[in-house]
Amino acid sequence: MNRRGGLTAIDGAMALIALLLVVQMWLLTATLEAYLSGHSEPIFPAALISGLIFVGCFGLFLFIRRIDANVRITRQPD
Amino acid sequence: MRRVNSKSESLWSEEFAVEAAAEQYVSRRQFSKFLVLTSMGMFVGQIWILVKNWFRPTTVYKEKPVALISEIGIGEVKLFSYPEPADACIMIRTAADHYVAYSQKCTHLSCAVYYEKEANRLECPCHEGYFSVSDGSVLQGPPPRPLPTVVLKREGDNLIATGIKL
Repeated sequence: MNRRGGLTAIDGAMALIALLLVVQMWLLTATLEAYLSGHSEPIFPAALISGLIFVGCFGLFLFIRRIDANVRITRQPD
Repeated sequence: MRRVNSKSESLWSEEFAVEAAAEQYVSRRQFSKFLVLTSMGMFVGQIWILVKNWFRPTTVYKEKPVALISEIGIGEVKLFSYPEPADACIMIRTAADHYVAYSQKCTHLSCAVYYEKEANRLECPCHEGYFSVSDGSVLQGPPPRPLPTVVLKREGDNLIATGIKL
């Protein structure tokens, strides 16, 4: 992969991480609101979904690292 | 990259030969690491809520006489507090032998709801949240949940609150 393609892939992955973070933030506030109002039903599913989102973010981070390393290896000296 | 020291440059700039721009530069990899750590922080927060919920003690409600049947006419209301003095509640006699009671705190921002007899609903004056009199469910407006219901039982001429159903 060339440098431009690598940067595009990394930017796309970062945008996806940011999007997942927004969802996770909303989930946390909604769960806290439910907990404080005495409703415990959504707490376990929300924790599960938040965990899946975290795993997704971590996977994207590994993807970014791999792309970054590939680009650095194949990059031509300036 | 090591810069060549000239006479015009001070000794410290040779010792710490880092460009100011490079000092403030955050790489994409660093930034994505920060985002992932934030995600982990929020996941830990979810787990914290889960653990807190597991160890939350179950609330035991005491029985408390809240009204006499003779003191409320049909379509009239009585305000009382249950289970604590600060927990305002509203009771409505909807029929000759039917009483309902709810927490008076709107589930949106805790404004006090009141009974609108003509429309036969409970209304929150702050943001026009309307609740059903029959079950406390949200009819319109921003409230996210129904009003908590006060469970009532009748003993002779007394109406006794026995618990709260969320």
